[in-house]
Amino acid sequence: MIRLGACALAALTSLAVGCGGNGDDRPALVIAAAASLTEALEACADETGAELGAELRFSFAGSDELAAQIRQGARIDVFAAANAQLPAELREEGLLEEPVEFATNELVLAAAPDAGIKSFDQAAEPGVVLVIGSESVPVGAYTEAALGRLPEAQADAIRANVRSREPDVKGIVGKLTQGAADAGFVYATDVRAAGEALRRIPLPPRARPVVTLAAGAVSAAREPELAHRYVEGLTDGPCADALADAGFGPP
Amino acid sequence: MSSRRAFALALGVCAGLVVLFLALPVVAIFVDSSPGALLESLGEEGALDALWLSLRCTAIAIAIVLVAGTPAAYLIATRSFRGRAAVITAIELPLVLPPAVAGIALLASLGPSGILGGAIESAGIRLSLATAGVVVALVFVSAPFYVRQAIAAFGAVDRTLLDASRTLGVSEARSFARVMIPAAAPGLAAGTALALGRALGEFGATLMFAGSFQGITQTVPLAIYDRFATDFDSALALSAVLVAVSAAILLAVKLLVRGEPLGGWGTR
Repeated sequence: MIRLGACALAALTSLAVGCGGNGDDRPALVIAAAASLTEALEACADETGAELGAELRFSFAGSDELAAQIRQGARIDVFAAANAQLPAELREEGLLEEPVEFATNELVLAAAPDAGIKSFDQAAEPGVVLVIGSESVPVGAYTEAALGRLPEAQADAIRANVRSREPDVKGIVGKLTQGAADAGFVYATDVRAAGEALRRIPLPPRARPVVTLAAGAVSAAREPELAHRYVEGLTDGPCADALADAGFGPP
Repeated sequence: MSSRRAFALALGVCAGLVVLFLALPVVAIFVDSSPGALLESLGEEGALDALWLSLRCTAIAIAIVLVAGTPAAYLIATRSFRGRAAVITAIELPLVLPPAVAGIALLASLGPSGILGGAIESAGIRLSLATAGVVVALVFVSAPFYVRQAIAAFGAVDRTLLDASRTLGVSEARSFARVMIPAAAPGLAAGTALALGRALGEFGATLMFAGSFQGITQTVPLAIYDRFATDFDSALALSAVLVAVSAAILLAVKLLVRGEPLGGWGTR
């Protein structure tokens, strides 16, 4: 009986170690990146991993959530955000090395093809169901900034149509592709990634916010050297190409 | 050390670890947030809305679960029919579904492009991004906790009670209400408590199916998640409120029935 218990304990321990250990002998580099970067960074992961001689591990989520995890001391080496503000804040708090602006994006109105929304002005029509990002995530903050630059009546009419404030950009896209909402504010790259499922409607030029993405090595990184090289590679190398392919603009 | 003492020691160590591991995170919520911050967070915009919405939706969802689930559980517990095991498995399945899967499943079935979406829409009912959608999500995830427990509770009632009541000429409907429900009450209450707790804490399915909008679909767990990144203290305080409310409900249900749902030798 005791031997059986010891076996079970040994099995459990090896499982736990298995969870924490590497699949291979290369050092692991943990990259926390905005949900909107998912496709681009995964596309260049193999090449970059080979170049750095590291096993890349990604955690994609809302940038604000990732920043909070870094503040709580999560083991993260690189932070790539959907804005420049969160990395700047972390830099000021001494949690991040000097951030690098590595790409730009565009905020657009995305419409489900069957929703019948073809122009930006239709977003303000009564009865249209909109989903936007929560103000705590970059996409939501950009949306608020854009609305703030529209005529007040139009902005209020658009706000009145909002039925959900999603915690990340994938939540918005999901609601649109499932037909739960007619349109939502997302990045141009999200519309591109969704293929035929979404229609891209540009914002009026005066309302377009400047969307700059910045990344930095986390000060407490376990692999500071690799983290720096990964961040540098975002502006020059396979990841820069992958970002351009995904529709991101140059920094 | 004798092997008996070693075994007793091992039991004690394991029990200690279990209690410590389960209690520590909950205790930390209260240690980290002062009572002042707790009250302050309730005064914050949206916090009371979220609490009120959570309580309202949970109450409606649990009412639905009790009204429909009790007779269903009674039927399953007292009849033997073909496919009974399959029915029970179908009822229990949502228990083991991850919240994200529950959300996807609800979208695929009752969402606007789901298999019943057209019928629901033509009936003039809006579920997604609406309060009704929150209730649907809560019913889906909490019902199995109640129904499962209720089947066990009805199944454990002594058959002779029902037979005696029938011999006396009482209709089955009356025996169900007057004999079976009171006899199964402790188990039913335990199931209710579990379902209540699950419904109050529901997060993933609600977010995916109903969305998150203050006062309409943003329940306390969603409000906590929304604050977590920007205002950890307020998220912590709201979590403390949720823990306190859940604990109060759990305790109230236990006191109401006075039965010990998780009995053991020590309680006899």
